[in-house]
Amino acid sequence: MKLETINNNIETIVKEKQALLQILLAVQDASPENYVSEDSVNEIAYSLNVSRSRVYSTASFYSAISLKPRGRHIIRVCINAPCENAGKQEILAVLEDQLGIILGQTTSDRQFTLEGVSCLGACYASPAIKIDNTLYGDVTPESVITILQEYRKEAEDVDCSAS
Amino acid sequence: MMKLVHFELNGQIVEVNQGLSIMDAARQHGVKIPSLCHHPDQRVKANCRVCVVEVEGQRNLVSSCSTPVTEGMKVRTNSPRIRETVQTILELIFANHPQECLTCVRNGNCELRHLAADYGIREVKGEMTCANAPLDISTPSLVRNPNKCIKCGRCAEVCHHVQQTGILYSHYRSVDVSVEPEYGKSLAEVACVLCGQCASVCPVGAIHERDDIKKVWAALDDPEKHVVVQVAPAVRVSIAEEFGSAPGTIATGKLVAALRKLGFDRVFDTDFSADVTIMEEGHELLHRIKTGGVLPMITSCSPGWIKYIEHNFPDQLPHLSTAKSPQQMFGALAKTYYAKRAGIQAENMYVVSIMPCTAKKFECQRPEMKDSGFQDVDAVLTTRELGRILKQAGVDFSVLSEEEFDAPMGISTGAAAIFGATGGVMEAALRTVYEVVTGKELPNIEFTPVRGMEGIKEAEIDLSGTKVKVAAAHGLGNAKQVMELIKAGQADYTFVEIMACPGGCIGGGGQPYGTTNAVRKQRIEKCNGWAKDVRNFLHYVFNYSKL
Ligand code: SF4
Ligand code: SF4
Ligand code: SF4
Ligand code: FES
Repeated sequence: MKLETINNNIETIVKEKQALLQILLAVQDASPENYVSEDSVNEIAYSLNVSRSRVYSTASFYSAISLKPRGRHIIRVCINAPCENAGKQEILAVLEDQLGIILGQTTSDRQFTLEGVSCLGACYASPAIKIDNTLYGDVTPESVITILQEYRKEAEDVDCSAS
Repeated sequence: MMKLVHFELNGQIVEVNQGLSIMDAARQHGVKIPSLCHHPDQRVKANCRVCVVEVEGQRNLVSSCSTPVTEGMKVRTNSPRIRETVQTILELIFANHPQECLTCVRNGNCELRHLAADYGIREVKGEMTCANAPLDISTPSLVRNPNKCIKCGRCAEVCHHVQQTGILYSHYRSVDVSVEPEYGKSLAEVACVLCGQCASVCPVGAIHERDDIKKVWAALDDPEKHVVVQVAPAVRVSIAEEFGSAPGTIATGKLVAALRKLGFDRVFDTDFSADVTIMEEGHELLHRIKTGGVLPMITSCSPGWIKYIEHNFPDQLPHLSTAKSPQQMFGALAKTYYAKRAGIQAENMYVVSIMPCTAKKFECQRPEMKDSGFQDVDAVLTTRELGRILKQAGVDFSVLSEEEFDAPMGISTGAAAIFGATGGVMEAALRTVYEVVTGKELPNIEFTPVRGMEGIKEAEIDLSGTKVKVAAAHGLGNAKQVMELIKAGQADYTFVEIMACPGGCIGGGGQPYGTTNAVRKQRIEKCNGWAKDVRNFLHYVFNYSKL
């Protein structure tokens, strides 16, 4: 095969991959459990006329996509060196204690998932955590508890108005 | 005309066609650059990096499989820096790889092992981090050993782009990369058709046929058992490759002799039952044409294709011919017709087939394949396994003299001899139809490739005034295109042949390693030449017997 054709192929693949990522993100956002289920993988494959393994490949490649059910809010804790030095261990301990779960797990009320990520792009404000799309820099054990309470309260309000 | 470019290869100016990769250009000038992820029939993947070279003016080493040669380029393929880099890459792979060469199914033909030998690797530095994941033994055809996988992506490429079955693909990232079905499922849990094309292109022992040699030895060693063997047409054009002959060497007589040496009680020919398949398919086609049955009728010899249509086009099953494949016809006839003739109880018979195909292992244990009251075909060995069992038995293929198949199931008209190559089954069946309808011999069929669809060819035949359009497709990616036309009602074919593997059975997933498209072509050429001889011979016999 000509290299020109090969390069065109690679370009198409990259474009397709990006399109697929957008679809996966949208599906994940629409999911109450904040993830892409196996049924969704199969449906996306069917409607795009690509194989299930292609869809799974892209989904498993990007850390932004979860293939396991998660809580309504994703709490991301940086596990890189700068945060480590700035007292990440302590923050993580408070989070784990408050939520009653360890890194990688989801609370039984499906409100929170605790994830470790490498770098939140906020080393200047370490230790930092991110809840969904909001960044909280220079957190302390105390401020973390206050932040969590806000999310809890909001969750209760939502649940009350729903019932 | 092809444009030429000149470049400097290790200090010498050489000339090559424009558009070639550094790897291919160097090879044309006697320099073999190591490769692992590269496969001549596949798109460039450039993920293994063992093919790196130095290009003057570029700071980093470049992968030669993915970099085209340009005018005036200065390339080094051998320098301390390159040697050190390749050595490190290989050591990293080995540190992650079970050191099981002595007991590995690929011992002798493993590309990684060859590379280690060529590169003179004598120690593996660094910590061994080899995974110990369970093997996938969920199917009767294939074994997947994820621990030996070097993540080259060759299987995924053939599965997605040639077969378009879309089973194997690469998942996760960096050190976690795995090449497998989604969600780590086993091959039995997904729509894998067991064609074995993945095994055929895998450079190492990470995916291979299930080895049934022990089963066959057990039967041969059992004095109570009458063990017969059948050999598929496509095996005789490939088995000699296992013993170092050039691709396409026809070795029918030696093959028969070798099988006798193994101790089979009778050595039979699948051509015998292929004739039966042809008669059945031919008459079924005629019947469908006359009675307004479901058309196009599609051939049913290829078990990978059958599994494919079952998974992907279940509503199109009525198009399939109801005829069994030659392997299964043989099994049923062996345990009924032959057993009775030979005065042997069917339960004391053991039927082995030698096939170019991994899907045949699946076909023989399908629950409906028990016409004799027993499993009609007991064990299937691929061409590769036959090579191994012969070596185990110390049979020296090269010095054997030619022998003939046994009667009665070793006799065939020869019409089936062309079964192995794409288009062969259809041509053979049409011959029957044509002769029944017109009383004359079918003139040579002129196939033309379908526009825009490489791998699909069609032809028109005049059956005493009725025009019959036929098509043949090989490789499941091509089959898919034909099926979509049929499903949409846009195909005006009467008869369609579909073979799961590229090139037909001669390119099957159980054929000797190194089955590239170039090798397929060589085997087909030999098949065709040979079939022509057979046809001429038959014609001669036919006319002679009328005298
Ligand atoms: S796959 Fe190759 S390198 Fe790996 S154990 Fe087998 S023979 Fe050795
Ligand atoms: S056997 Fe065929 S369908 Fe199955 S994984 Fe291999 S190439 Fe794909
Ligand atoms: S199974 Fe074989 S062909 Fe597939 S990625 Fe692994 S090593 Fe490569
Ligand atoms: S052969 Fe070139 S990168 Fe693998």
